[in-house]
Amino acid sequence: MRYAMAIDTLKCVGCSDCVVACQTENNVPIGYCRDWVVEVTEGTYPQLALENRSERCCHCENAACVRCCPTGASHKEEGGIVVVTHEKCIGCAACIQSCPYDARYTHPDGYVDKCTFCLHRVNEGLKPACVSVCPTKCMYFGDLDNPESEISKVLKNRKWKLLIPEAGTDPKLYFLV
Amino acid sequence: MQRREFLKISALLTGGLAISGTIFEELLAMSDEDLKAKFGVYPTYCEICFWQCAGWTHVNKDGVIQKITGNDKDPHCNGRLCPRGTGGIGSYFDKDRLKTPLIRVNERGQQKFREASWEEAFDLIEKKMKDISVKYGPESIALFHHGSGGKYFTNLVKAFGSDNIAKPSFAQCMGPREVAFANTFGTGLSSPEPLDIRDSKCLVLIGSHLGENMHNAQVQEMSDAIDKGATIITVDPRFSTAASKSKHWLPIKPATDIALLLSWINVIINNEWYDKQFVETNCDGFEQLKQHVQAFTPEWAYGITTIKPEVIVKTAKEMHDASPSVIIHPGRHTTWYGDDTQRLRAVAILNAILGNWGQRGGFYIPEKAEVPHFHLPEFPKPKWTWKDTTGGKYNLVDLGLSNAIVDASIPTKDSDKTKQVKGWFVVGTNLINTLPNTKRTLEAIQHLDLLVAVDTMPMEITGWADVVLPECTYLERFDSLRVSQNREANISLRMPAVKPMYNTKPAWWMARELGLRLGLKAYFPFKTQEEELDWELKEIGSSLKEMKKEGVKIVSKPEHELYIPKGSKFEFNTDSGKIQLYSAAIEAEGFSPLPVYTAHPEPEEGFYRLNYGRAPMHTFSRTANNPNLTDLMDENLLWVNPKIAKIWDLKENQLVKLKNQDGVVSTFAIKVRITERIRHDSVYMVHGFGHADARLTQAFGRGVSDTEMITNVMLDPIMGGTGMRGNFVTFVTDVNA
Ligand code: SF4
Ligand code: SF4
Ligand code: SF4
Repeated sequence: MRYAMAIDTLKCVGCSDCVVACQTENNVPIGYCRDWVVEVTEGTYPQLALENRSERCCHCENAACVRCCPTGASHKEEGGIVVVTHEKCIGCAACIQSCPYDARYTHPDGYVDKCTFCLHRVNEGLKPACVSVCPTKCMYFGDLDNPESEISKVLKNRKWKLLIPEAGTDPKLYFLV
Repeated sequence: MQRREFLKISALLTGGLAISGTIFEELLAMSDEDLKAKFGVYPTYCEICFWQCAGWTHVNKDGVIQKITGNDKDPHCNGRLCPRGTGGIGSYFDKDRLKTPLIRVNERGQQKFREASWEEAFDLIEKKMKDISVKYGPESIALFHHGSGGKYFTNLVKAFGSDNIAKPSFAQCMGPREVAFANTFGTGLSSPEPLDIRDSKCLVLIGSHLGENMHNAQVQEMSDAIDKGATIITVDPRFSTAASKSKHWLPIKPATDIALLLSWINVIINNEWYDKQFVETNCDGFEQLKQHVQAFTPEWAYGITTIKPEVIVKTAKEMHDASPSVIIHPGRHTTWYGDDTQRLRAVAILNAILGNWGQRGGFYIPEKAEVPHFHLPEFPKPKWTWKDTTGGKYNLVDLGLSNAIVDASIPTKDSDKTKQVKGWFVVGTNLINTLPNTKRTLEAIQHLDLLVAVDTMPMEITGWADVVLPECTYLERFDSLRVSQNREANISLRMPAVKPMYNTKPAWWMARELGLRLGLKAYFPFKTQEEELDWELKEIGSSLKEMKKEGVKIVSKPEHELYIPKGSKFEFNTDSGKIQLYSAAIEAEGFSPLPVYTAHPEPEEGFYRLNYGRAPMHTFSRTANNPNLTDLMDENLLWVNPKIAKIWDLKENQLVKLKNQDGVVSTFAIKVRITERIRHDSVYMVHGFGHADARLTQAFGRGVSDTEMITNVMLDPIMGGTGMRGNFVTFVTDVNA
């Protein structure tokens, strides 16, 4: 099993519902976030293009954060989901330094926190909170190893890109373009 | 997924729940209702905007609200709330909430209040209402309202003997559209609008920025339409989010939309791209329309709109090719330039001739539940209403005009002394930031003998009130059933998930308490709202118990047809039973029976047209203090084209104040956002910021209030709407000046 997520930039409107839904689902304190929205404009008026992207941890195959964690707090769960065991984390922030996507933050309680692909929901057969709430239904989540999964199909049928592929972390957050 | 299914799946698949076998059996044996109560899930419908999506409030084991999620069965949201609905919990947790009744202790505007008991507050309101009634008559009490609480106060004010009741959502928002459609199709569109966007093959947005305005199901359906390959055409001087998703973006010169619409009609008629059979069977006045639009060629429109003739023709062809699965979106906030009813008439006509009424991918035929109300005695007949103060204008309007009531509150030497408004109830609407021309609103307030504000937050209007009544949030109260039109008739329940925090109360209770004091008990027959809800629900074969479990119930009648067979005759609610392309009713009022383009004033050198709109994470000015939503966006920015920024030497994020054509300088400063997404002749900001009440600790002084800058109001002579887009601003770079 290899979990991944894809975001359709042609449908995302940049509303940030994914951000607030993650905050309320995962008790992320106000002022912090596990996911965020990026807006990129190109061109000059009136020849313009705009891309909205909802970004978060890419749950990389080759996760720099996991490799550099001195306590083993940052580790991989089944399906390749990268999580931090809060109790083990000493807040040294080595992982924050190593992540090319700036996906981690230090929680006011002292540990490092980040997107978990909503592991607690996935274990219950639910989709991640952000995927479930997105009003444009532009987010896909599932198992890359299952060719019948929604995500496998959408990645097969659509063009996509990765963020900073040159970092070599083999990210599993895809952007449909 | 239902909680029950989830339990089953969890048991089968993961076994990961920390529940032993026997407890698990026990859980499965519980009724759904008990289960929900145990897991703390309560039905509600959202109050953060008018879309009223149904959802569930989740309460954790400590009895604290955790999150709100959508109800899968609800056609307003299909299980997905928008960011504001998801962040709705912030309205409950907001530390700045109104906490107890307040009574003003010195003159209006000084913002000095003392905390009071509900008894004291009601005593004062009762006395003042009676005084006003004796001195001026009960008609002198007016009500402005928005949201759920308005209904109960409408009942109170009507029972008291006044019909001076208005919602700013009419004359400041949807009014022109409703009047235009009523005078074309015989019916307004109401809410949610019956647009079959998900199956549309061509969606034309003209001044509607779906995706930034989060009219939930419409945004969802636009996304569905994109998935299915629909053509989207967006007309907007700004490169909106929707424009970025469009096959055709028409960067129109502001204030020229009618010219474009007329030339589209011209092209569609002259190329015979309209639906001949539909027009013949269902429309009146086609020949007059055809004659009328002959002059409005694409070349003519090009000179006005700056949209090239070939683009006008190409986009008209796209509409034709998709018809009848085409929608020219009627928009919602339509009070722009004072000729708005005419513009929306052009929109209605364009839709009509494309034959999309009652067609898949066009307008569907909505269905609405019939829920009986308990029979109340008839309301006393008021001797006059706001209409009698406007000199015989606005005969096509049957809803109150907020601005006309404001006018009737300001005595002039000519005004009729027997028809003065002296007391205001303002329920759930922040008039200061809602009505254009803040100065005039404040002037009216200074003439009042009584101003009561009902709100959850210390919005600016509450600072001007004599008595402030703190309402509990929607997560802490029952409200009337949501009975809305949709593809299928449906009802939805709102119930409290937690007890009201602080000394706050539901509006239902407030209106009833005042009613009892004023001797109007007969109009408030139920002791609790639960009794009333249960009575209504039993009348339609449901019950409060059932709705607590379901949240939403579809009550569609099997005979309801969503679409009408293509080519058939439909009975419209007009005099002739047909669509009025030519409106004799509008003509009888002395206006053009067919839409005409009029040129509007242009900005002077160094001034830019002030455009405003919505952000997906805020609703008007009312969410600007919500801690969850301000975390996403805590101020508005002033969009400025790079060329203009260069001329003025403006830097990204630089603070500027604004000065408008009437010399009004904004109270606060706003950060500049330099972006190619805006034309050189306009600036843009999101509406609803620049709050001036210091009790709103998150929102105070953040950004600029567009409302403050809108002092030139272009009144729609047909329906009294307040056109707000004829204001021009320039930059004041010395923000301390
Ligand atoms: S909720 Fe969906 S549409 Fe909104 S910003 Fe997130 S991904 Fe984009
Ligand atoms: S998957 Fe869950 S934790 Fe990750 S961003 Fe989405 S909601 Fe947040
Ligand atoms: S559209 Fe958003 S704010 Fe409006 S009712 Fe729905 S969830 Fe609430």
